[in-house]
Amino acid sequence: MIGAATTWVTIVGLAMTTFVIKAIGPLFFGARELPRPLARVARLLAPALIAGLVAVDTLSGPGRSLTLDARLVGLATAAVALALRAHILVVVLCAVAATVLVRAIS
Amino acid sequence: MLAFAGASQFAALAVLAAGGGALTAIVAGTLVNLRFLPMGISIAPSLRSGPLGRVARSFAIVDPSWVLSRRGERDYDIEMLIGASAAQYVTWVGGTVVGVVLGPVLGDTKAWGLDVIFPAFMLALLAGELWRPGAKLVAVAGAAIAIALTPFAPAGIPIVAASAAALLAGRA
Repeated sequence: MIGAATTWVTIVGLAMTTFVIKAIGPLFFGARELPRPLARVARLLAPALIAGLVAVDTLSGPGRSLTLDARLVGLATAAVALALRAHILVVVLCAVAATVLVRAIS
Repeated sequence: MLAFAGASQFAALAVLAAGGGALTAIVAGTLVNLRFLPMGISIAPSLRSGPLGRVARSFAIVDPSWVLSRRGERDYDIEMLIGASAAQYVTWVGGTVVGVVLGPVLGDTKAWGLDVIFPAFMLALLAGELWRPGAKLVAVAGAAIAIALTPFAPAGIPIVAASAAALLAGRA
């Protein structure tokens, strides 16, 4: 059981660090023009970060472990739906349906 | 609810649940949120207000809104960012209340395939980024870096490290 005091210290501490992290970019990089090489890196930050999020959310197991499970089939189904230019809601529903199906038969 | 950043809350909760202290939990959650640093820098040129307004708007940065508000090259729709975040804030906090009430009834969310919603949604958003020159290579490299580090680094670090893929490709 986690103590209430510990929980609240964590919530307040985390809220403060998150606020500071979010504020730094908008506050200090305002109207400044980014130098060309830096602008190129900034452009490619989005695909790099999103791909990292997708990979970790699909393959991570308990703790720091990696697992291959039904989520991978769900993600592959989503990729096929995307290739067929399906609407984003259809893409997500296909992924959920495939994941549930694989879990049901395995 | 105050930090408004789902992944970091889960990371901090995981540390507490494993018997870790508050400080360790805060550090874990903060590491996960380091990804907001490059996101904040990327929206900076689109913010057209004074320092206080900028800081207030930075609160609206969360992964899906940041991707949704992206119109292109260093051009972000700030109204979309705030609107999308406000909608998520209501559903996030509301969903938490529903979860507390329904959690014991529903049981394992995995049985409902709910754990694949986030990666599938993010994949759809990623697909919209891949037309950019070099983006496909960077995406593959970012995913590879994140997966390679997952067994060794604390939660959150692998995703922060994935941004290094953009550094490598940006210099090439």
